[in-house]
Amino acid sequence: MYSEKVMDHFRNPRNVGEIENADGIGEVGNPKCGDIMKVYIKVEDDVITDIRFKTFGCASAIASSSMATEMVKGKNLREAWELTNRAVAEALDGLPPVKMHCSLLAEGAIHSAINDYRSRNGFEPWEEDKVHKAVVEEHAH
Amino acid sequence: MTVLMKGRDFAMTRRVYMDNAATTYTSPRVLEEMLPYFTESFGNPSSIYSFSETNRKAIRKAREQVARAINADPDEIFFTSGGSESDNWALKGTAFANKGKGDHIITTRIEHHAILHSAEFLEKNGFRVTWLDVDEQGRIQIEDLKKAISDKTVLVSVMFANNEVGTIQPVEEIGAICREKGVIFHTDAVQALGHVSIDVKTMNIDLLSLSAHKFHGPKGVGALYIRKGVRIENLIHGGGQEKGRRASTENVPGIVGLGKAIEIAMDALPREYRRLSSMRDRLIEGITGSVPHVKLNGARGDQRLPNNVNLSFIGVEGETLLYDLDDEGISASTGSACSSGSLDPSHVLMSLGLDHAMAHGSLRLSLGESTSEEDINHVLEVIPRVVERRRNMSPLWEDYLKMKEEVK
Repeated sequence: MYSEKVMDHFRNPRNVGEIENADGIGEVGNPKCGDIMKVYIKVEDDVITDIRFKTFGCASAIASSSMATEMVKGKNLREAWELTNRAVAEALDGLPPVKMHCSLLAEGAIHSAINDYRSRNGFEPWEEDKVHKAVVEEHAH
Repeated sequence: MTVLMKGRDFAMTRRVYMDNAATTYTSPRVLEEMLPYFTESFGNPSSIYSFSETNRKAIRKAREQVARAINADPDEIFFTSGGSESDNWALKGTAFANKGKGDHIITTRIEHHAILHSAEFLEKNGFRVTWLDVDEQGRIQIEDLKKAISDKTVLVSVMFANNEVGTIQPVEEIGAICREKGVIFHTDAVQALGHVSIDVKTMNIDLLSLSAHKFHGPKGVGALYIRKGVRIENLIHGGGQEKGRRASTENVPGIVGLGKAIEIAMDALPREYRRLSSMRDRLIEGITGSVPHVKLNGARGDQRLPNNVNLSFIGVEGETLLYDLDDEGISASTGSACSSGSLDPSHVLMSLGLDHAMAHGSLRLSLGESTSEEDINHVLEVIPRVVERRRNMSPLWEDYLKMKEEVK
């Protein structure tokens, strides 16, 4: 069912853990869906210098979380925000159609962590792209 | 922290098959019995020439073997393509044949999908269905059944034992009530056959489904037991095979395989029951003893199939567990939604009252003929390790622990 890249990130997920005194924390999902992801970020000069995650979910969820954190590490917040679930799935050499919603989780958690950082520092949270937001809501319950 | 790179290394990995409830290998003895009927004795049993006589005899023998296994008459055994067909036939055939009497069917919420979807189909076609709830262990309440039966009830269908959690129903009591009230009683015995004793006469069973590939017979063949006198329409119309009740040129190799497999299973039953339940209990005790916050799903002891273990591990998701176990050579299954293709977790686990997180974190291990004590040891070594590792990367587990701390 899964590509070798997915299985690799599932078996050996990168960036697992927590960050004490994180600059931003985001958590999305719920036990009903069987998917929860929590992301911690460290930000310096608007760049994500460190990122950790924990995920409760299936192989796709864990692999997507791992890949997503790899893709935003070292990026500035704006770039990191632009990361889409489709880009994560592509980087994993594709996810089965029925599993695409798992990659939405990673995108959502990173957005949530970035906005947490922004609110803590007196900035307005960024808005999800409206069309995209509708898709997220439809899939991520 | 050193990270051990995990991957597949088949040379090193011991294969431990713990998904016998899903299917079993065809026993070599069964295969041997079947082989001549593919290439040598391949005659159509309906053809009059003597070349087909061997096949007619072989089918008769298999019918007797199946009848003996459940204490029925050979004339009451009808061969099908498997459990799903038998279930469909039992429900649809009975409903349509007894429309004159009534339009009401009673079944449970934890049946196999072949029963559930057949009942739903009947609901859309003029019948009313009562779905009996089950208790935390997965058993129906006899009082609920009694209350549900009316003079319009034509069929009660309750599975003998559940495929996911192994719970055995009070079949004798159900049979007695149905007999008393004059209602046809069908039981899906697909998981029970070969593991526990079944006697359709003493248990007052009118219809029974069974499937060969669950007890080391081939896939694609099963049977429906129909007590003499029960009115049931055909599901499959056509040529006159199976006394005109179930058309189709007989799957002679399959039928021969079914007969041989059931005979072997009946012979081995008392011994296997003891051996499997002892390993089952060792697995349950071993895992619940070494892994914190684990829940056994389903009944215990003799109310549970001897080969079934179903546990929920809070904080970890089922598909993840399966892949991790697969990497260690262990094949199992789960009630998690993620592995089913739908977004809903197992209807059985939800009916037992599990919350979503527990249902998603469920693991089913089903033992069989090939399961050894070494296999149990291997599973007992792997599971705590795998569960701990994935729990350490789970925010749900983290929150669960925090909540437990606060409660203290």
